[in-house]
Amino acid sequence: MTTAHVDRPRKRAYRAPAPLGGRGGSGVQRTRSGGRRSRAALAFLAPALIVLAVFVVWPMISALQMSFTDASGFGEAEWVGLDNYARIFTDPDIRDAVLNTVVYAVLFTPTAVVVALGLALLLTSDRLPFRGMFRTALFLPFIISLAVAALAWSYLIDPQVGLLHYWLRGIGIDLGNVLQDPTLAMPAVALVAVWKNFGFYMVIFMAGLQEIPGSLYEAAKMDGANAWTRFWRITLPMLSSTTAFVLIFATIAALQAFDQIYVMTGGGPYGNTQTVVMEIYESGFRKLDLGFASALSYVLLLATLVLSIVQFVFFGRREEES
Amino acid sequence: MSVTTPAPVRAPAHAPAASPRRRRRVRASTVIMTVGVTVATLVALLPLFIVLFTAFKPTSEVNAFPPTLLPDAWTTANFERIFSDLPFTRLIGNSFVFAGGVTLFAVSFDALAAYALARIDFRGRKLLLVAIVATLMIPFQATLVPVYQIVSDLGWVNSFAGLIAPRAADAFGIFFLRQFFVALPRDLDNAARIDGASEFRVFWQIILPNARPAVLTLAIFVFVNNWNDLLWPLVFTTDREMGTITSGLTQLTGPGGIVPYGVMMAGSLVAVVPLVFAFMLVQRKFIESIATTGLK
Repeated sequence: MTTAHVDRPRKRAYRAPAPLGGRGGSGVQRTRSGGRRSRAALAFLAPALIVLAVFVVWPMISALQMSFTDASGFGEAEWVGLDNYARIFTDPDIRDAVLNTVVYAVLFTPTAVVVALGLALLLTSDRLPFRGMFRTALFLPFIISLAVAALAWSYLIDPQVGLLHYWLRGIGIDLGNVLQDPTLAMPAVALVAVWKNFGFYMVIFMAGLQEIPGSLYEAAKMDGANAWTRFWRITLPMLSSTTAFVLIFATIAALQAFDQIYVMTGGGPYGNTQTVVMEIYESGFRKLDLGFASALSYVLLLATLVLSIVQFVFFGRREEES
Repeated sequence: MSVTTPAPVRAPAHAPAASPRRRRRVRASTVIMTVGVTVATLVALLPLFIVLFTAFKPTSEVNAFPPTLLPDAWTTANFERIFSDLPFTRLIGNSFVFAGGVTLFAVSFDALAAYALARIDFRGRKLLLVAIVATLMIPFQATLVPVYQIVSDLGWVNSFAGLIAPRAADAFGIFFLRQFFVALPRDLDNAARIDGASEFRVFWQIILPNARPAVLTLAIFVFVNNWNDLLWPLVFTTDREMGTITSGLTQLTGPGGIVPYGVMMAGSLVAVVPLVFAFMLVQRKFIESIATTGLK
């Protein structure tokens, strides 16, 4: 070694098998002192850790504390115990926002997953021409902002001048003023999110599909299984972990619905598209009811956490299997 | 594991043994499939076509009945109006500074942290990795209120510092790059260490150049996400001059409640074009790395 590394007597000539990352055990690293490595590591980690500590971990703690107070950003905040949490279940508007979010997730997640899986199946078929081109085109909506998508779709379904509205009426479907319609507004905003996100899920499904050994299909074909049977008996079971991943991922995204709703309906009509994040934004930044916004944030956090843990457990198991 | 465009090996065009009838049937299903995918693609692209064509329509056509897809008389009037209705040049600049700034900081800080977690064998590494992954589960919407408080206490509302600093590092990026760095062969950096290279030199001259696709993917991902984000600039900027294209577009209102769709679409087109170009340049690599990270 040519480093100007002063040999200290404390230096361990041999380090016991690394208790940590497991990936260690490289001859070179063993000869270096743990302290020196730790200092190097700390220098590399410090910028990111400071940002995460100040803007993620600390806010999380402070939101929890705030959620038990009537903080408004001005004056002394008073301790109110569980009042804010109680309000989530008693205030009909808030209860509706929570329910709306669930409805949104129920509309968005399965639709996005089915569309994505269907297109992924078609796009991995080697009989389809121009697959690369189709893949790029279908992925394109994913890089468009939901706000822009919301403006474009609002125009398309505008009851007076909307092109899509006009075309649909041409084939006998009159949707009327979709965004002012209490039953249609929610499906409409959910579909805009499906439009934006299916390409992302599709690409993940395509990766999953490529992992299924072709020999399984060959064997099934020899046994006379038709395409339908092959899909249900081979594709779906072999794809189950990918599907689970996408389902949970999409559900987590659904819980955060905001952008297109803010643009298209503002939560209306009659609060029918008001979601949890819309409510957090309004109570936190319009009404300055910070305590309540924090409590609601924690409900969102817990829901996301539960879904993430399910996902984590699922994937932990899968990785062990593979 | 990667998604390559499905097997370059083409199945030998339906075995010659197949009877003519069967061959025709296969062709028919291929045609149906192709038509189906084409229709889906057109539906997926319809909003983008609407943005593109409406942007160049005169107002009379934008609000005409029956509506049409293509403009009759092409005009750039909507583009002129977006610059007078909104401080649009400023907003474009803001979007670049905000999204670009977040990308620059986040990718740098994430890469440094990922390097330590992947290539330096220090005490507590595994625990730290678990802690960082755990913060992945926290949606930014859930900490928005206290983050705003911190930014406000620092006096950073309506400033680039306020927009950028809270996002100057993120758990997803660290995890994403760490997975990539871990997979690089150990011998790469060990050889350099034997030659006495410092950790930073190993990082800068060996690991980073070898991880270029991952870094580029993350950079584009972060840039696109921030460029497109609506809630973030809505919360951290109250001054119209400090908004982004995305937040600015949602504040357009027309006289007498008439929605100025033409102007909106012109603005949307400006917002979308840089992303589409960036995406087209790297689309294959980008899609492939997204597919793989989704799974690993």
